[in-house]
Amino acid sequence: MPYRLDASSLQTLFENLKARGYDLLGPQRKDQAIVYDTLESVEDLPQGWTDEQEAGHYKLKRRDDDAYFGYVVGPRSWKRVFLPPRKRLWTATQKDGQLSLEEEPLPSQPIALIGVRSCEIHAIAIQDRVLLEGPHPDPYYAAMRAQSFIVAVNCTQSAATCFCTSMDTGPGATFGFDLAMTEIMEPEHIFVLEAGSPKGRELLADMDLENATDLQQAHAKAGIEQARQQIKRELPQDGLKDLLYQSFEHTHWDDIASRCLSCANCTMVCPTCFCTEMEDVTDLTGDHAERWQRWDSCFHESFTHVHGGSVRQSTRSRYRQWLTHKLASWLDQFGTTGCVGCGRCITWCPAGIDLTAEVKAFRDSERK
Amino acid sequence: MGPIEQPRPMTPRPFRIETVKQETSNVFTWTLRAQKEGDTLAFQPGQFTMLYLFGVGEVPISISGDAEASGDLIHTIRAAGTVTQAMQQKQAGDLVGVRGPFGNAWPIEEAEGCDVVLAVGGLGLAPMRPTLYHILRHRERYKRVYLLYGARTPSDILYPEELRAWSDSGKIDVRITVDVGMDGWTGEVGLVTDLIRDIQLDPYHCVSMICGPEIMMHFTARALFHRRIAPQHIHVSMERSMRCATGWCGHCQLGPKFICKDGPVFDYPTIQAWLHKRER
Repeated sequence: MPYRLDASSLQTLFENLKARGYDLLGPQRKDQAIVYDTLESVEDLPQGWTDEQEAGHYKLKRRDDDAYFGYVVGPRSWKRVFLPPRKRLWTATQKDGQLSLEEEPLPSQPIALIGVRSCEIHAIAIQDRVLLEGPHPDPYYAAMRAQSFIVAVNCTQSAATCFCTSMDTGPGATFGFDLAMTEIMEPEHIFVLEAGSPKGRELLADMDLENATDLQQAHAKAGIEQARQQIKRELPQDGLKDLLYQSFEHTHWDDIASRCLSCANCTMVCPTCFCTEMEDVTDLTGDHAERWQRWDSCFHESFTHVHGGSVRQSTRSRYRQWLTHKLASWLDQFGTTGCVGCGRCITWCPAGIDLTAEVKAFRDSERK
Repeated sequence: MGPIEQPRPMTPRPFRIETVKQETSNVFTWTLRAQKEGDTLAFQPGQFTMLYLFGVGEVPISISGDAEASGDLIHTIRAAGTVTQAMQQKQAGDLVGVRGPFGNAWPIEEAEGCDVVLAVGGLGLAPMRPTLYHILRHRERYKRVYLLYGARTPSDILYPEELRAWSDSGKIDVRITVDVGMDGWTGEVGLVTDLIRDIQLDPYHCVSMICGPEIMMHFTARALFHRRIAPQHIHVSMERSMRCATGWCGHCQLGPKFICKDGPVFDYPTIQAWLHKRER
């Protein structure tokens, strides 16, 4: 049963989460973008702001209302919570003929993610498969996931770069959340709220909220429908895996490579890209060493380095690896595509490369 | 998901170098013993570990010892990059870190009751040695067993005493060829593929395992096809950049496969399409 939460009472929800021991993470305006970071109160939310996105273009703009979640997605994704850009795995000491290793403590602070989009829930579910369901589950990732509380916010508007409808990942959240909210502005500014887990139901019970009326629920539904209608881009999945596998030697890769800077932005902003590098560092005494795990990218030449050089030396081969992995081999590896249609790689590509257009180019050339 | 592995899969365990044996000018074999008592490392032929040299880095190295002998861990290493060159400077008594074992195994059970063709090139003999030990321990389970070994020069031949002993025992038909003969070499000169022509086998009951440079594995598999060995009975061991060995880091992907967790051993039909692709 959906409930109603007055926009003016949003802070009550935050207080309830804090009282349960959660640190809050959520959207805020920083460096001219909306990013996810530590949230103290509703004051931190990007109220009244929205984002304008296109290939290679991102701009914050004032809204003509006071919506808290009136933007789409920014350059940061939630993956940094579970798979941080840099984290220490262990510290080693070698002294007096002894080598000892101390593992970094696993995180113990529960966190609540505020404002998770449906495509991002899918991205988290995809990373769960990658990092938890293999032969060696990632202990840090597992600990953070077990302690996380997810507050989804359904999309009521889309960016020009969105294509979740092609990927079947949005715009409304259908699973993987503890709470899901839809923000509606008319006839009054409220959230229509529902629980998706025992933790969520327990919290809602404690908040003692009124049920949402049929009309309020209808407005929420209409908002999500509006987001769906606004989506212009598409990435048809039909036969996509075979198309990419068969296009291995296609000349269109050269065309993309002539534009791609191999800068790795797409992989950094992608909510599912999981590749990391293991980096060993030592101090000047030579007695201490540390291993850090940090984000890496298949766009770096060093990524495939073996004795004798790198396997993928050209931008062509590296873009091909990224796109083919994301949309084709990911399916063979994890039973799901690696793309959720959030459009970040399109927005944050400095050359404005749009994977939906590139896939279309492969499709069109095949029809000829 | 189950409980977290202990120690965590990314944490090396300290091992001490018991012996160092210089095999050739740039290849050496370490015998390693766990620092913590009882901390032995059970493995299957074909698996590898991640060897950590304090303050230098970590590399994947296949295990080249006997899986059924208790105790020490044996690795044959070629000084090729920064880490392995630094490893060559280490001596008995020094400490290293070990993670693993990782990866899958050679199909030693599938090969039971069959002729077995082990074809190796260069350092590829090292990851194959556990299979040879296994076959020697259970020789009655296998029919004809060939070890076809291609080395660059006679002085690059690994484990020469063992090769002679295996051959002399009559248990393994050892055939060696070199790219370049010298030092009074009276044996074969040529490629491993040349050795395949002359062996006798039952093509319908034969399993082959190949380890060496990709180009060598490609042509060896082709030569085996000519002898009517079915592709699914041909297995190769692959190599790619490997940073975690746990399936997290993404570096070792070859097409849809992760070498670290889906391999390193693949049957030929699985890897064929990707083995021939030039990624450059």
